[in-house]
Amino acid sequence: MEYQILWFVLWGLLWAIYFMLDGFDFGTGMLQRFLARDNTEKRIIINTIGPVWDGNEVWLITAGGATFAAFPTTYALMFSYLYSALLIILFALIIRGVAFEFRGKGGSTLWEQSWDAAIFFGSFIPPLLFGVAFGNIFQGLPMDGSGYHGTLLSLLNPYGILTGVLFVLLFLQHGVLWLAMKTHGELSLRAARLSVRVWSGLLAAAVLFLIYTAFATALYRNFMDVPVWFAVPAAAVASLLAVRIFSSAGSYSRAFFASCSTIVMVIFTGIIGLYPNLLPSSIDPAYSLTIFNSSSSIYTLKIMTAVVLLFVPVVIGYQIWIYRIFRAKVTPRDIESSPEAY
Amino acid sequence: MDVVTLSRLQFAVTSMFHFIFVPLTLGLSLLLAYMESKYVSTGDVVWLRMTKFWGKLFLINFTLGVVTGITLEFQFGMNWAEYSRYVGDIFGAPLAIESTVAFFLESSFIGLWVFGWNKVSRKVHALSIWLVALATNLSGLWILLANGWMQHPVGYVIRNGRAEMTDFMALLSNPYGLLKFFHTIFSGYVVAAFFVMGISAWHLLRKANQDFFRRSFRVAATFGLVSALLVFLVGDFHAANVAGTQPAKFAAMEAVWETKEAAPYHFMLIPDVEKERNTVEAISVPKLLSFLAFHDGNAVVRGLKEFPKGDRPPVLPVLAGFRGMAGLGMLFMLLTFMAVILSRKERIDRSRFFLRIMLYALPLPYIATQLGWIVAEVGRQPWIVYNVLRTADGVSRSISVPQVIASLTGFTLLYGLLALVDLYLLVKFARKGPDNDLSSIVRTARQEV
Ligand code: HDD
Ligand code: HEM
Ligand code: HEM
Repeated sequence: MEYQILWFVLWGLLWAIYFMLDGFDFGTGMLQRFLARDNTEKRIIINTIGPVWDGNEVWLITAGGATFAAFPTTYALMFSYLYSALLIILFALIIRGVAFEFRGKGGSTLWEQSWDAAIFFGSFIPPLLFGVAFGNIFQGLPMDGSGYHGTLLSLLNPYGILTGVLFVLLFLQHGVLWLAMKTHGELSLRAARLSVRVWSGLLAAAVLFLIYTAFATALYRNFMDVPVWFAVPAAAVASLLAVRIFSSAGSYSRAFFASCSTIVMVIFTGIIGLYPNLLPSSIDPAYSLTIFNSSSSIYTLKIMTAVVLLFVPVVIGYQIWIYRIFRAKVTPRDIESSPEAY
Repeated sequence: MDVVTLSRLQFAVTSMFHFIFVPLTLGLSLLLAYMESKYVSTGDVVWLRMTKFWGKLFLINFTLGVVTGITLEFQFGMNWAEYSRYVGDIFGAPLAIESTVAFFLESSFIGLWVFGWNKVSRKVHALSIWLVALATNLSGLWILLANGWMQHPVGYVIRNGRAEMTDFMALLSNPYGLLKFFHTIFSGYVVAAFFVMGISAWHLLRKANQDFFRRSFRVAATFGLVSALLVFLVGDFHAANVAGTQPAKFAAMEAVWETKEAAPYHFMLIPDVEKERNTVEAISVPKLLSFLAFHDGNAVVRGLKEFPKGDRPPVLPVLAGFRGMAGLGMLFMLLTFMAVILSRKERIDRSRFFLRIMLYALPLPYIATQLGWIVAEVGRQPWIVYNVLRTADGVSRSISVPQVIASLTGFTLLYGLLALVDLYLLVKFARKGPDNDLSSIVRTARQEV
């Protein structure tokens, strides 16, 4: 029993870290075309995430792998039920990754513009569809003993779309703060100014989401049963307010960390609400996949626990070390003097 | 076409496409690590220029390896849900371990390597590419242990309507998986060696940057010879292992129809699948097949007729794939041996004919690796997990034909486009040759602090 719960927490943690990290890559990618005035600025923007985006993306792969290892039935049904949505996410992630690497290697403006478009869509579609997917999981999927009765279109219900919009705004905010923190002068200021507007939109979406959740899902049930858990959504709201306070005070790195906390707390709000389900059925709870009826054997969970407890701290250690090496702001000089830059 | 066939086709397209890029990454990362270490230890800038030039090609290739890998990670759930549910207790573990111990290491340190030229000391910089090389090969270990388990399942029981792991050590020490691992990484080294030799040959034929490409060629030739020998050696044990664990696959690899003691090997062979016999069997060596299969000239080799028709793999692709791969393997030993001999001193510049051969040989190891996978995967049919689960029973139940047609078409178009762009960039930067502006190169490599 304990192992399933431990893995549920780890599962939530992997998704939360993934969104916290790749979230600012998405935000940065969405903003690139709109925030930059010229090609140098465009390059500065993608070079802020250049050294780290791939390492961030691996958190997604690990979240997928951990789902497979710890909750194979959930892995199997979740990904085959959400086939088309996941497929579009994959395509988007593929073109995003390639675009970063190839953009600067062609030599013509048309080439660069095409890859800029790829960067935009590759950064906009995944957050939107991840949000839609999670929104639908929170509501429960139409599934029973005979399988799944939904389609790509049925995923696009109001609550699903709202969650998608929430994700997009969360990451837009995250990216805007990242850029305010990682760039100099004009560009940084422009990002800072935009962050105010994004913040208002995000606040509106978050309030709407929290209210709508009460009607569209059963997520609040766990919170009602054990009210201390309300501390988590409260922390999400507090972090969101802290973002605003820090960014008006001009300390963008603090605002950025507050935004990290917002994302983690939002994800955990959803995760706590789901417990013990991983994939609830909207038809009949008897068909829901829970952490108990979809988990691996205890033997496998024990091995995976050992692996994760041994290696994930090491990963976090060297990723922090690398972030520290690249902590300086990215300047036009950095880009011109380095042939390796994107 | 039904969902099973379409999903198989999609798996083949996406994994074979992934495996165009993976082998070069496996081998070239090691070569780069060697070159950069030479630069750090000797201070000779030619090694630095080599690191930079080959590094650029490495990165263009690496990117596609990364983005196509993500598809595979999710495809088991998307298209093979019944399979994933049935074996996830065992199969999921190596995949999750692969990301935790290998992908993180690789993707984090590649970032440091690309962007960190003037942020960390030369030694730390060289260390980062060594870590990338280590991680790349480690990722191969875990995925191939996973695949090795599908080929030869060990350490499990069937319980609660699925396969459950009982012995993790058995999974780790599965001879099938380990042989597969070594065979595959060494084959990647061969790919990288021919890649470097082929491009170097092109420049040497044009008499451009002679010293630079002579040196590159020489390093790759040695690396290639050692690797080609190792691929062959491991491949021989691998084939013997297959004969013991998957007799139907082995019979298809050699088109053996009747069970035979002291079976001969036929260098020339034309099978007639309908009539279940070979119409031509020529240039035969007695007992050789038994020897190859069991390292014993009198051993019994089981024939295809022993297996019900429904349990036999398709013979032609497996036979042709195996012969093609093994034949190319012999050729690679010969070519790399000549390359090592000729690239000593400066004679390689004068062997223009040989250089031209090495230029055209560049794609051959790629073909060999693809053929190898055809042998491995088509030969395993009709099983998705050998003797445990049939491929047709592993497919997702909730996906429809139009869905898979759409995804297969999407992958084919997107991947086709990416392949063209990648090829264009590789050719463009390979032709351009190394950067000769030493000042810009040395400036970006931070001097010792
Ligand atoms: C440069 C590439 C290359 C070369 C020259 C060879 N192979 Fe290979 N072979 C591969 C690249 C490869 C591969 C891509 O790495 C495969 C596919 C799956 C695997 O494990 O390795 C493979 C698979 C593979 C298999 C199937 C394993 C299975 O069923 O899982 C066998 C029996 C051999 N090889 C044996 C040989 C022999 C006897 C060779 C003689 C020289 C040889 N290979 C050369
Ligand atoms: C190492 C991890 C791998 C695993 C676990 C794996 C597993 C699978 C699965 C599930 C299928 C679909 C079912 C089937 O038809 O057997 C398949 C088919 C196939 N795979 Fe692999 N595969 C792996 C690697 C690869 C790679 C790297 C390649 C090639 C580059 C490859 C080539 C193929 C081909 C050609 C088929 C089609 C065979 C057929 O359906 O007849 N595989 N494999
Ligand atoms: C079918 C099974 C396979 C799956 C599920 C798979 C999964 C992945 C994933 C998710 C990535 C991207 C990692 C990143 O973003 O950094 C990747 C890349 C890679 N894979 Fe595969 N892979 C498979 C087959 C193989 C095989 C057979 C090998 C080699 C022996 C291999 C070696 C690599 C390498 C060297 C890369 C390059 C880049 C990187 O790891 O970042 N993979 N694979």
